[in-house]
Amino acid sequence: MTRATLYGWGRTTPSIAEVVTPANDADVAAQLAASSEVIARGLGRSYGDAAQLSGGVVLNNRELGGIGPIGEDGVVTVGAGVSIDELLSLSIPQGWFVPVTPGTRQVTIAGAVAADVHGKNHHVDGSFANHVLEMRLVTPSGTSTVSPTEDPQLFWATVGGMGLTGVVTTVTLRMLAIETDQVLVDTERYGDLDGVMAAMASGDADYRYSVAWVDCMTRGAHMGRAILTRGVHASRGDVESPTLKGPKAPRLFVPFDAPSGLLNPLTIKVFNEVWFRSAPRHEVREPQKLSTFFHPLDGVRDWNRLYGRRGFVQYQFCVPDAAGDTVVRAIERLSHSGVPSFLAVLKRFGPANQGLLSFPMPGWTLALDLPVGPSKLPGVLDDLDEMVLAAGGRIYFAKDARLSPEKVRSMYPGLGAFLEVKNRVDPEHRLTSDLARRLQLTGR
Amino acid sequence: MENAFGQPQNVVVLGGSSDIARAIMKKLCAARAHTVVLAGRNQVLLDAAAEEAREFGATKTDTVLFDAEDPTNAARTVAESFDKVGEQVDLVVVAVGMLGDQMADENDAAAAARLATVNFTWPVAALAEVRRRLVAQGSGRILVLTSVSGVRVRRTMYLYGGTKAGLDRLCDGLADSLEGTGVTLQLVRAGVVRTKMTAGRAEPPFTTGPDEVAENVMRGLARGERVIWSPPILRYVFAIMRHLPRSIFRKIADR
Repeated sequence: MTRATLYGWGRTTPSIAEVVTPANDADVAAQLAASSEVIARGLGRSYGDAAQLSGGVVLNNRELGGIGPIGEDGVVTVGAGVSIDELLSLSIPQGWFVPVTPGTRQVTIAGAVAADVHGKNHHVDGSFANHVLEMRLVTPSGTSTVSPTEDPQLFWATVGGMGLTGVVTTVTLRMLAIETDQVLVDTERYGDLDGVMAAMASGDADYRYSVAWVDCMTRGAHMGRAILTRGVHASRGDVESPTLKGPKAPRLFVPFDAPSGLLNPLTIKVFNEVWFRSAPRHEVREPQKLSTFFHPLDGVRDWNRLYGRRGFVQYQFCVPDAAGDTVVRAIERLSHSGVPSFLAVLKRFGPANQGLLSFPMPGWTLALDLPVGPSKLPGVLDDLDEMVLAAGGRIYFAKDARLSPEKVRSMYPGLGAFLEVKNRVDPEHRLTSDLARRLQLTGR
Repeated sequence: MENAFGQPQNVVVLGGSSDIARAIMKKLCAARAHTVVLAGRNQVLLDAAAEEAREFGATKTDTVLFDAEDPTNAARTVAESFDKVGEQVDLVVVAVGMLGDQMADENDAAAAARLATVNFTWPVAALAEVRRRLVAQGSGRILVLTSVSGVRVRRTMYLYGGTKAGLDRLCDGLADSLEGTGVTLQLVRAGVVRTKMTAGRAEPPFTTGPDEVAENVMRGLARGERVIWSPPILRYVFAIMRHLPRSIFRKIADR
């Protein structure tokens, strides 16, 4: 047991906890029995305070490892603490890709379950839990296997449940067959937001993967100019010399915290301009490596240090299809407030799953990285919360570091059912986190 | 829990009926604070402050009575305040203090000692208990109100300025001692503020109202500044004042 300072990827609210590293289900069960307050943690890629617990016990899941054989049907059982990076290193050479990956490979499988992560293919394949067949879950009231058919309530409370129903120790999921380690990418530049949104609404169905990068710093006619990239896995016949190679370790890293003001309106404007102009105006079926397409930021280790000591927040919301204008108004509000924001990520969501606290809903999602510092920022984001709420949308827990608890209840109608399940398996409210305390998800 | 912008949910204010504390508390409640416990010496004023906290968004408020002239009650006052919050405390504001009357107090041993107790000894005793509790919970912030009058003490208010200087310097070391504990301490060095404490006195340059102090405190909490100056320009004014030759300082300070 060691005392350690823990924080999320945004590095905003550090807190101290006792960190324990269990090696198996029995260790986890013993810790749950011995701790009055406890939460599991993987690679700490949640942006806010989801995987930390001040004054409590944090279970590091990285020793819960092991990758089973990948069956002919793509089914594999993986230890909770295995990262997507580790899984891909083994699976790509065998012709298998993870069914869903977030923008980084550096998340654990259990972390992907806890946040029910989504990727560029949500409009086609749904979120991570859609591909989970079953998982082993240790709760304060016992250890069991849960699946969409075995204790489905507990299964659907656990996916997207931010670790608050128990500690996942293994996950069985179905992988996606691939023929090469490349993606054929179509790129298109759009001068404004309406153009790119129309293109996504009409054309996303033709691609397995789709995402747009939006510039939130430009005002006027070019407000919300965007680069849309969409792709499909390349078959053997599509590329000259097909290979199946796993991801490479990053070669670049950020050795120290940059000064907090490095990312300011001026530098971000310049970056966005360069980014926009360096993208091809129109490019069709350009082969890209899987890691280039899915995990561009993984090429620079510890890139979050660029935001300096004060850190940054990521604001990600989703709204139903009919409320696409909320995306436009949100970007307008940001670009007019002068709050600097790096290129935002815009994507369409397909159907939601039954996860009680799962984030995605059919419609649009927008994610923005915002450095902490401008005094206007907290108020601007509170305003955006109101807009999102009025549109029937919600905020993503895995990214959040500043939402208020009253809004959570309206944004997540499944919260009541979630708390019922939580109280059944965790009647003494042992499973909690700084996020759960802040947003009142503890069940107390 | 506190959020990414340093906005707390559970707050304890020691000296909770002071005008500056109330202005800060209003802003905290308008942001994220929902539980506020106010400790002070006057129940009527505390009740009014608690009412104000609820008006601005707090859902749970409580009060604790104490007398800052008796440092033996400091630990008990802190304990009672934390118990009334009932959850982890995100922020403790230490706003205990009195201006005194220099002309009357400087030749009065009892009065001088009283000023030292209220401005220094009681807060130091309370901070020891606050420190112990926050370090145990692994997170939290302490905000201590000192004063620019402690940066360079002038002869017309050396009792007030000197006691605040003691607290200020002590807290600087205390803040360093918290490195790696998850707890942080920030100082607020305000210039002259229009409050009931300063009513009737002449206003020197850079005098502000309590709301401006609160505004600067909110920004300082978000940025995690060790010393929050209010107004911010005083950082530079006092960088000069501190190094002025004594004879020149006396002339400026006496004006």
